[in-house]
Amino acid sequence: MSGLAINNLTVQYPNATLALDNLNLVLPEQSFCVVLGASGCGKSTLLNTIAGFVSATSGSVSFDGQTITKPGIDRAVVFQDHALFPWLNVAENISFAGKLAGIKPKDCEQNTQKILQWVGLDNIANHSVWELSGGMQQRVGIARVLASKAKMLLLDEPFAALDAFMRESMQELLLTIWQESQRQILLISHDIEEALFLATDLVVMGNGKILHHYQPKFNEHWQQGHSTREIKSDSEFIVWRERLFNQIVACRA
Amino acid sequence: MSNPMIQTPDGTSKRVLASHFSTQFMMQKKLFTRHHSLLWGAISILVTGAIWWAVTTLGAVPSLYLPAPDIVWKQLLKVATEGYMSASLWQHTFASLGRVLIALFAAILIGVPIGILMGTNRTIKAIFDPLLEFYRPIPPLAYLPLLVIWLGIGEVTKITLIFLAILAPIIISTLQGISTVSKSRQFAALSLGATRSQLLWHVTLPSALPHILIGIRIGLGVGWSTLVAAELIAATKGLGFMIQSAAQFLATDIVILGIMVIAMIAFALEMVLRKIQTNLAPWYGKY
Repeated sequence: MSGLAINNLTVQYPNATLALDNLNLVLPEQSFCVVLGASGCGKSTLLNTIAGFVSATSGSVSFDGQTITKPGIDRAVVFQDHALFPWLNVAENISFAGKLAGIKPKDCEQNTQKILQWVGLDNIANHSVWELSGGMQQRVGIARVLASKAKMLLLDEPFAALDAFMRESMQELLLTIWQESQRQILLISHDIEEALFLATDLVVMGNGKILHHYQPKFNEHWQQGHSTREIKSDSEFIVWRERLFNQIVACRA
Repeated sequence: MSNPMIQTPDGTSKRVLASHFSTQFMMQKKLFTRHHSLLWGAISILVTGAIWWAVTTLGAVPSLYLPAPDIVWKQLLKVATEGYMSASLWQHTFASLGRVLIALFAAILIGVPIGILMGTNRTIKAIFDPLLEFYRPIPPLAYLPLLVIWLGIGEVTKITLIFLAILAPIIISTLQGISTVSKSRQFAALSLGATRSQLLWHVTLPSALPHILIGIRIGLGVGWSTLVAAELIAATKGLGFMIQSAAQFLATDIVILGIMVIAMIAFALEMVLRKIQTNLAPWYGKY
């Protein structure tokens, strides 16, 4: 079975904290899933379990029919703090996966140039990553996973540290990348508007459980050519936003 | 701020961008900031020298306790040309420098791998940690007699003493660097397909490099401060030997000369290591 399948997943940490409580979820391939919830609801634990960084206490997670037990090149992660390698420049960060896999330097370079142009970083290929702004560093983080062979991209609150304008610009970039690369994406967010705008599958979590699984259509509106501002100021979007806000608040109470 | 008019050297007026002035101001401010610390450093040394000169010239302190700067300068010229205790100043300097540098390289070759192993393997850490914490606080002078008994009075003993003093800071800094590598960086590499050995080579070691370099800098300083103790052991050349010999004859001018030469060499080496650190790990403190 292709795509992501989570069956009766429970994760309990050694200090007895129950982070995930019997989760079940199926996401088709090439879906764009956003996991939304308040801080501490288990979103990051879910991402880390799918990434293979955390082991399941019981239950299982599988991707494209393979049970996940450790990190793998089929699932690449973009971190909130970027996790770039400062001893490498922008181009070297992006070609890191290729270098690890032993791909020829010339092929690596060609692929890197293509990715750099795609994310709009071709004029800073030789820059040090620590000289870049937060938004550009996050673009390098996204470019780095694009250059890998990962079929699924996992993004842990990638835009949380960016200002509103940069965040929206990055959301549009991510949608473009998703559309053109046709990879499966799972993104963790606590931003309701971001979740609604990006998701084909919107999962609302609370207290380690999946509370709701929606399939909003705002992503399709963007694909049809409507502008981001138009979509986010639409009355239906606002109704959805308020409903989700109340759900999350009710869960926290 | 509107774009102002300025008078050009040939007497004509032209309008310049307001941003031109703010850019100029920022550049001048940067230049000032960069030289600010150099300026205060130079002032500090000059003031210390001036106090030294004033105190000695006014006779506030007897010459035996603190010779005047010009007397020390004359001794420098004399020792540089005629030598002291059957060796020239250069011979004393190179003897000490050689001992410290050999000890430093040996400590790097042994200490960095031990620090890496301790940082990546709990069992190895458990084995070495108590040994390290046991010998580290012991002053070199305390185990010097043991080294003489075990290794004799030759160069090996002197270098070993300095080596043992330098080793601990290097191991501890390396261990700290390895242990504090960002988890998200490690996870990022693993999710991009890194094996355990690739993770160590391509992520852990580069991440730990700034700490390793700082450990080497600290170790070098400790090594210099152990030099005098090391050259107690039947030395015939060396700056520490020169200082001790002069002290026995109450030649404080030569004692101060020796101290200042050690300080200047240590300072020069520290500047070199700082430059190396800036070149190898320019991101340190910035990312």
